[in-house]
Amino acid sequence: MSERIDVSIEHRHAPPEDGRRHPNTCPKCGSHYRDDELAEHLNVCPQCGHHFPVHARERIKQLADPDSFVEEAAELRSDDPLAFFDLRPYTERLAEAELSTGLGEAMVIGHAAIEDKPCQLAVMEFGFMGGSMGRVVGEKFARACEGAAERGAPLVSVTTTGGARMQEGILSLMQLPKTVCAVEDLRDAGGTLISVMAHPTTAGVLASFASLGDVLVAEPGALLSFTGPRVVQQTTREKLPEDFGLAESNFRYGHVDAIVPRPELRPALGRLLRLFADGR
Amino acid sequence: MAGEAEQLRLRSQLSRLRGLPLLRGAKLSGELERLQKQLDRVVSEPSDEEIWRSVELARNPDRPYTLDYVERLLDDWFELHGDQHHGDDAALVAGIGRFHGRTVVLVGNQKGRDVKERTRRNFGMAYPEGYGKAMRAMELADRHGFPLLSLIDIPGAYPGVTAEQHGQGGAIARSQALMARLRVPIVACVIGEGGSGGAIATALADRVLMQENSIYTVISPEGCAAILWRDAGEARKAAAAFKPDAAHCLELGVIDAIVPEPESGAHADPDHAAQLLGDALAESLELLESQSGDELRRQRRVRFRTIGNIPATR
Repeated sequence: MSERIDVSIEHRHAPPEDGRRHPNTCPKCGSHYRDDELAEHLNVCPQCGHHFPVHARERIKQLADPDSFVEEAAELRSDDPLAFFDLRPYTERLAEAELSTGLGEAMVIGHAAIEDKPCQLAVMEFGFMGGSMGRVVGEKFARACEGAAERGAPLVSVTTTGGARMQEGILSLMQLPKTVCAVEDLRDAGGTLISVMAHPTTAGVLASFASLGDVLVAEPGALLSFTGPRVVQQTTREKLPEDFGLAESNFRYGHVDAIVPRPELRPALGRLLRLFADGR
Repeated sequence: MAGEAEQLRLRSQLSRLRGLPLLRGAKLSGELERLQKQLDRVVSEPSDEEIWRSVELARNPDRPYTLDYVERLLDDWFELHGDQHHGDDAALVAGIGRFHGRTVVLVGNQKGRDVKERTRRNFGMAYPEGYGKAMRAMELADRHGFPLLSLIDIPGAYPGVTAEQHGQGGAIARSQALMARLRVPIVACVIGEGGSGGAIATALADRVLMQENSIYTVISPEGCAAILWRDAGEARKAAAAFKPDAAHCLELGVIDAIVPEPESGAHADPDHAAQLLGDALAESLELLESQSGDELRRQRRVRFRTIGNIPATR
């Protein structure tokens, strides 16, 4: 019961709505940090343990041995197969995303080492159009699988995504079977996929490669649901459990192998890479 | 109506489409003339109105559903029930039957006809249990070397609390993964709504067909409109923008052929619609017959590996 009282107190001091909150202000406890303070703590709130988002480059820095990462397929760029235009042209959104993230697409791939063990990395960037998966993300993931198979090194994917990229229409849905086929080819080659699911990993990516890891790891508090809570609420008018779709709920229902706090992620991946390498 | 330049572009597109091997399956049907007439109509006029007409016809409540086709196309149908873990999802049916003289396994989404059945079948929206049942049927097909037919007609996988708790995303992923491993011929056809992940879960096939008035979408027009236009009422605009109709899916290389429907749509003459669908399924199976299981599987993966390749990787 005392926990409940704590929650109500927390809510009285709740920070303003998401839109107005500074990105360095913790949405859970309201603590505020300088950039360097957050980076030092791997973007985890030292006060309450809330996991802030991590950009793809930063994630690679956190996980890979220093200077071990070699990027691949960085030159790939999306085009606009449907000449898609909603309130703004898709091409404009792409250009803007590239400008604001400094990345060519919503996934960075390459090879690296983690705790001296070689691996292939495929890391998503939520800042690039909500980490959505269009043809270039699908292609990059497929190439990461091929790279992993060729090198005989496990593939570690880190996902943070809202799902398929609507602006590429049905071709974005086709990235689900495409990445699934790539994982199956990797499996046939004796390869390994370790899937790390960060907040959020939803819809088309959860319904494809992210769920197919030999080992499925989630970050604390990450939303891992096929359909997001807002849509479920609207469609079904069901009362949602407090932890709907969260990593903790998924763990309880048996859909992830482990919830690993960010400071323990690199050692956990190192351990897994050693285990898979020693079994070969 | 499209402008003159647009018409010219579409006509050259059509002549290119005619030359593609993509339509071979349909050509073999002896329905070539009819199909081309229809293609002429659809491809040369993919106006926003025409696209929306497809959306409406795909959702027409009188449209034949999976079991309507099963009844007309398969003999000795024996339906399989349950995923053998949690329960039996009536939104997805699976079974064994005889098609053109040989035993096949069929899986398909199933909507309900009246209020009671609609509720029982959850408006055709599958739970993970449905995909569990489908996977069980697929494994059975693989074990016995039976070809697999998959009919797709789903607004989307069910967006509910229990569905999430039972692992909706993982179920859709694993169903695709299993299809990528099967060593038997797989033919899938969208017969109404091919709604997003819920549809692709059972659509990783060697040959993918669409009925003329079906749609295949990454998100419902309403969902897309709600997100990008911030107004679900803009569904027509969204549909026009993401082009979910069969002609566009063929043009994008997402499907291999369009299955013609009776003049006013499948609902107007279910018997004839079934005959046309049956012909197309049989021809597709025939095309796959000579290939070994390993070859089928390899080609199937190549098919999806190369769909919609980005220009630089062509």
